[in-house]
Amino acid sequence: MTDAPLIELRDVTKAFGGVHAVDRVSLRLERGEVLGLLGHNGAGKSTLIKMLSGVFPADSGDFYVRGEKVDIREPRDAKELGIETIYQTLALSENLDSIANLFIGREKTSFFGFMDEVRMERAARETLARMKFNLPNLATLVSSLSGGQRQAIAIARAVLFKAEVLIMDEPTAALGPEETAKVGDLIRELAGQGIGIILISHDIHDVFALADRMLVMRNGKMVGTAPTKDVTEDEALAMIIAGNLPSALQK
Amino acid sequence: MATDIPAPAAQPAAGAVTRSGLTDLRLIAMIAILVAVWVGFGVATNGVFLSPRNLFNLSLQVSTVGVLATGMVFIIVARHIDLSVGSQIGFIGVVGALVQTQILPIDGTHTWWISLGAMLLTGAAIGLVNGALVAYAGIPSFVVTLGGLMFYRNAAYMLNEGRTISPLNEDFRRIGGGLDGSLGAATSILVGAVAIAAILFFAVASRRKRAQFGFPNPPASMAFLTIGAGVATIVAFIAVMNAYELPRTKEAAGIAIPVLILIMVGVSMSVISRRHQFGRHVFSLGGSPESTALSGVNTRLLTLKLFVLMGLLCGLGSAIVTARLNAAASVTGTMMELNVIAAAVIGGTSLSGGVGTIVGGLLGALIMQSLESGMILMGVPTPLQRMIVAVVLILAVLIDLAYRARSGK
Ligand SMILES: Nc1ncnc2c1ncn2[C@@H]1O[C@H](COP(=O)(O)OP(=O)(O)O)[C@@H](O)[C@H]1O
Ligand SMILES: [Mg+2]
Repeated sequence: MTDAPLIELRDVTKAFGGVHAVDRVSLRLERGEVLGLLGHNGAGKSTLIKMLSGVFPADSGDFYVRGEKVDIREPRDAKELGIETIYQTLALSENLDSIANLFIGREKTSFFGFMDEVRMERAARETLARMKFNLPNLATLVSSLSGGQRQAIAIARAVLFKAEVLIMDEPTAALGPEETAKVGDLIRELAGQGIGIILISHDIHDVFALADRMLVMRNGKMVGTAPTKDVTEDEALAMIIAGNLPSALQK
Repeated sequence: MATDIPAPAAQPAAGAVTRSGLTDLRLIAMIAILVAVWVGFGVATNGVFLSPRNLFNLSLQVSTVGVLATGMVFIIVARHIDLSVGSQIGFIGVVGALVQTQILPIDGTHTWWISLGAMLLTGAAIGLVNGALVAYAGIPSFVVTLGGLMFYRNAAYMLNEGRTISPLNEDFRRIGGGLDGSLGAATSILVGAVAIAAILFFAVASRRKRAQFGFPNPPASMAFLTIGAGVATIVAFIAVMNAYELPRTKEAAGIAIPVLILIMVGVSMSVISRRHQFGRHVFSLGGSPESTALSGVNTRLLTLKLFVLMGLLCGLGSAIVTARLNAAASVTGTMMELNVIAAAVIGGTSLSGGVGTIVGGLLGALIMQSLESGMILMGVPTPLQRMIVAVVLILAVLIDLAYRARSGK
């Protein structure tokens, strides 16, 4: 099934107590596509992708990966399907060094679970060099790295394991302009290699600059989805703020 | 995107330097404190404290708490606690003694290892229950093991109606260090030689491998210093143990078997903490439980394994102390959990999780035991001894906090 979308979610729903965090949202992601996920704080963006990355199960709805229905219950399940996530909180263990963080849960081992540190260090150095992120010292603890350096580690972790689907939740929130530009280059580069990327942002400039298509959420519901080139920034803002679909998209 | 890899030599050595023991200031401070304690007691007791006889006994006394402290470091690093270890020691001891006296012939050839196996299994089973209640039922480890503390102590009493079981199997007793319970001079020297060879081998192999991949190594002077300190410690240790003559035979004692067990446990646990996935995951869990779970680690299974490991070590610790006493009583190991936790904490294990070393825990145990032994030699009354140990514990944490605040960790 080569023409099946890389990822497809159908009518996915999640409630926390009485809060409908995500309410019947559907989504498609193709190979090499960058999908911008837009919406205000609390719109349900993080909740939606956390179901796809196995943080918690959906209340209802179906998940398809490469056309096959899948059951994602744990972060491991998602990773095994080639779905890597860079969480808004980065999910790093601050008391460990960069190399340890890159490989947590997927250490390279030589025998009986003993780690092959040299192989891990080599892979880490190669990946970071390829991403052109310069880390002063791979042995420093993550707790003493800057926001940008931590972001680099979180992204490198996804790149290192050859993600087919990359979910990035607010990847540039902690970054300065120069590092933001780097992340932008990286997103284009990875999409060029055929990786599907879901880019969450509340900054519509990011999304217009990088995404092929956008999906707007508001109060847990899907407002609509459109190729970025077919909508203006004002129309996108109207979707985010008021939930108004631009006239061109109304049927 | 270019694939130019920056010249590794331009980057400081990763891993090797910051992870090597000697550069860790806190560890150096602990060794300094231990040396100060030893010199202080040596002077105060006119050298009696530093006599081979006393140091040999000290090595025997530290072995049980030391074995348990290695497990407690992992437990505390993972943000848990195990208050049940002292009661486990008593319970497992009674189980082992019952196996030796009721099920097996007390003087049977296989009695020692079958009863030892039964003790390890009992410990693992208790750990499994503790771990399952913590990891899968979600009960805080403090509560689970507080329950265990009360349960196993009294279960030990119920098992044999409070009667002490003695004597025990003669081969089994060697595990405790008494009666043919040490290696003798020649074997001790051999053990030391093997240990030194292993240190040299791994040091060279590690540097070779890093060099082969073009990674920078720490400076050779640093390596020589670390290796030199290790070799000197081994030589001194063997020399002292061989200088002690067994009272009956007048032969050189050499390393006591429980001490050999402690060394092997310490080395294994240290290697696990630095080089094995399990140790890496335990430290990650302690540093950030959420991140560790998000990274795909099965944190519940990890927690279960952690408590099983602690239980296994309780089985081993119980075998050592029960064999040394040549008796199993339900009260054996009372309050030992506090000494074990104190050893881990004095050794720099942070109660907020994620930080600690096996070497630190062992040094902590040695410092505690040295204080106790030295004060006994000086005739300090027992209550005052306990008060002083309490003050040392608080001071150790205070210094540790100050150190952390200054180094920004
Ligand atoms: N773990 C949770 N427990 C309870 N409520 C949650 C949880 N996660 C998110 N929510 C709620 O779900 C809604 C959507 O949140 P979120 O997905 O984080 O939004 P976004 O990422 O778009 O800012 C919010 O009302 C938030 O308070
Ligand atoms: Mg969010």
